[in-house]
Amino acid sequence: MTAPGVDDAVREKPPVTERRLHPVTPLRRAWAPVAVLIGWAVHDPDQAQRQLTRLTTTTLLIALALLLPAAALYGFLTWWFTHFAVTDTELRIRTGLLFRRTAHIRLERIQAVDITQPLLARVAGVAKLKLDVVGADKKDELAFLGEREARALRAELLARAAGFAPETAHEVGEAPVRELLRTPARDLAISLVLTGATWGTLAAALVVPPLLWLATHSVWTVLATAVPLLGAAGASSVGRFVSEYDWTVGESPDGLRIDHGLLDRTHETVPPGRVQTVRIVEPLLWRRRGWVRVELDVAGSSNSVLVPVAPREVAEAVVARVLPGVTVPPASALSRPPRRAGRCVPVWWRGHGLAVTDTVFAARHGLLRRSLALVPHAKVQSVRLAQGPWERLWRVADVHVDTGANKTVTTRLRDAQEAAELLKRQAERSRTGRKGARPDRWMV
Amino acid sequence: METGSAGNTGKTAAAEGEPVWTGLPPGLLRMRRLLLVVWLGLLAVGLGLLLDLLAGPVWAAFALLPLALMAWGWVMLGHNWRSWRYAERADDLLISKGVLWREETVVPYGRMQLVEVTSGPVERHFGLASVQLHTAAAATDATIPGLDPAEAERLRDRLTELGEARSAGL
Repeated sequence: MTAPGVDDAVREKPPVTERRLHPVTPLRRAWAPVAVLIGWAVHDPDQAQRQLTRLTTTTLLIALALLLPAAALYGFLTWWFTHFAVTDTELRIRTGLLFRRTAHIRLERIQAVDITQPLLARVAGVAKLKLDVVGADKKDELAFLGEREARALRAELLARAAGFAPETAHEVGEAPVRELLRTPARDLAISLVLTGATWGTLAAALVVPPLLWLATHSVWTVLATAVPLLGAAGASSVGRFVSEYDWTVGESPDGLRIDHGLLDRTHETVPPGRVQTVRIVEPLLWRRRGWVRVELDVAGSSNSVLVPVAPREVAEAVVARVLPGVTVPPASALSRPPRRAGRCVPVWWRGHGLAVTDTVFAARHGLLRRSLALVPHAKVQSVRLAQGPWERLWRVADVHVDTGANKTVTTRLRDAQEAAELLKRQAERSRTGRKGARPDRWMV
Repeated sequence: METGSAGNTGKTAAAEGEPVWTGLPPGLLRMRRLLLVVWLGLLAVGLGLLLDLLAGPVWAAFALLPLALMAWGWVMLGHNWRSWRYAERADDLLISKGVLWREETVVPYGRMQLVEVTSGPVERHFGLASVQLHTAAAATDATIPGLDPAEAERLRDRLTELGEARSAGL
C-alpha cells in the first residue's frame, strides 16, 4: 500500500487472471453431434429407419470411428477456447472457436446468481453458474465449474457486487445463511394432489389418445398427441415434485437464498432490492388448509417461485423479509370494485380487489384461485389507465402498473373517478418511493 | 430535484395543478388521410374496373364500398388524431390517446432507459417524426407519433436531460 495515486496507476492494468472451465466440460460438449443425430431420428423416424437398414456394420463402425473423435475434438476445442475472468467491475466470458464472442457482465447489474447441478453433474462433482442480468443470454452461463470453485466464485462475485473492496473480495467468503422456511415433502405432495392442473393434464392424457384412436385409427396421430400430453401430465405432477422437493428459503446479507430439487439441485441467490413483484396465489382446494403459494419476479431470472406451499402466516413472514417494510394487506383491507362493475365482468368482478399502502400497490384477482400481486412503489416503471367503451358506459376503468421484470399488475374495474385519482397518486408514489430504496451495491 | 427546474420555473408552477396538454400537429392527420384516400381510391377504381369487365356494370356498384369505408375512415382518423395528446409535467410525462379504447400513460422521467426518435420514409416525406420512450418494462407503451422533427428533437433532448437528473433505474 503506497500512495493512493500510485496504487490507482498500478491498478490501471490489473493482472486479470483468466481461468478455464472444469475439465469435464468437453464431455458435455461432445454430446452435441450425437444430440443432432438423435433429434433428426426422432423428427423423421421413417426416414431414419430406412437409412439405418441400408447401413452395413462396417460403414456404421467407420462412421462411429470418425464421428466420435470429431465430437471429442470439437468439445475439447470449445473448452480450450473458453475463458472467464473476474475484474473489478465485471465478469468477462470469452468463447468461440471461429466466431469470437466476449460477454461483459457488469457486476452491479446482477439481478440474481444461480448455481445449478443437474443429476449427472452432481455425480461428477461439478456445477453450472449463471448470472441473471437483464438481457443476458443462455450462452452466458459458466458450465461447468468444480463444485467448490462455483461456490467460491459466487461468494466472490456477490462480495464484489455488494461493494467490498476488490482486494478483500476474495477473503469475504460465503455469507452466513439463516433459514426462513423449509417445505416438508409431505406438504408438497398433498399440495400437488390438491392442485386442479395436475388432475386436468392427467385426465387429458388419459382421455384424448383413446378418443383419437377411435376417430382416426392412426398410430402416429395417437402417439403424436399422447406423448406431449403424458409429458405435460408428468411435468405438472412428478416433475414439479422433483424440482420443488426440499424447497429451502434462507436469508443472508447477500440476499435471498433459494435452494431446491431432488435430482437436479438449484441454488439461487437474489441480492437485496432485486425483487420486482411478489404474488400470493391461493388455489381453491388449498383454502381449507390455509396454504398459499408465493411467486416472485426478478428481472432476467427464469425462476418464479419463492415458496411452493406454506401456511399463510409463514408465507407472509417470508414476504416481509423479501420486501423489507412491507406487510401483506389482509383480505379485509382490499376494496372491491363498485357493484355496477358486475355489468362488465359478471360474477368474477367480486374477485377483484385493491389496496394501496405506503409501501406497496396490492391488487387481487380471481374468484376460485385467488392471486394477490404486490408491487413496491419503488419498482413501478410506468402507470397506465385503460378504459374500453363498455367500461366507459358503466364508469369503470382499469389501472395497469408496469414493473421491470416485464410483468404488469392490473387492478380492474375501479370507479372511473377513483382510477384517475389512483393514476395520479401512483405516479407520484412511484417517483418518491425510490428515495428510501437501497443502493445497487448493497453493502456500501 | 434542483437540477433541471431552474430553466422552466414557470412551466413547473403550471404543472403542479392541471397538466398542460399539447395536441399533435396537423401534419400527421394530413398524412394519414392522404394515405387512406390513395389506397382506398386505388382499391375502389381497381374493384370497379374488375367487376365491370367480369360481372357487368351493375356489380361495379360494389366499388362504392371502399368509398364508404373511406368516408368513415376519414372521420375516424380525425377523432383518433384529436384524442392524442401529451403533457410534460415537472417529474413525469403524460400521454393520453384513444377514442373508444382510451388509455392514459404516466412515465416518471427517472425511469426512462432510452428515448428514440424514428422517422420512416413516408413520415420523412411529410416532415414528421415520432418519439418513443422505453423503460425497463417492455409493457410501457409510450409513443408520441407525428411530431414536427424539431419538436421531436427538443422533446428528446429535454427528456434525456430530465431522465439523467432523476435517474433511478430498475
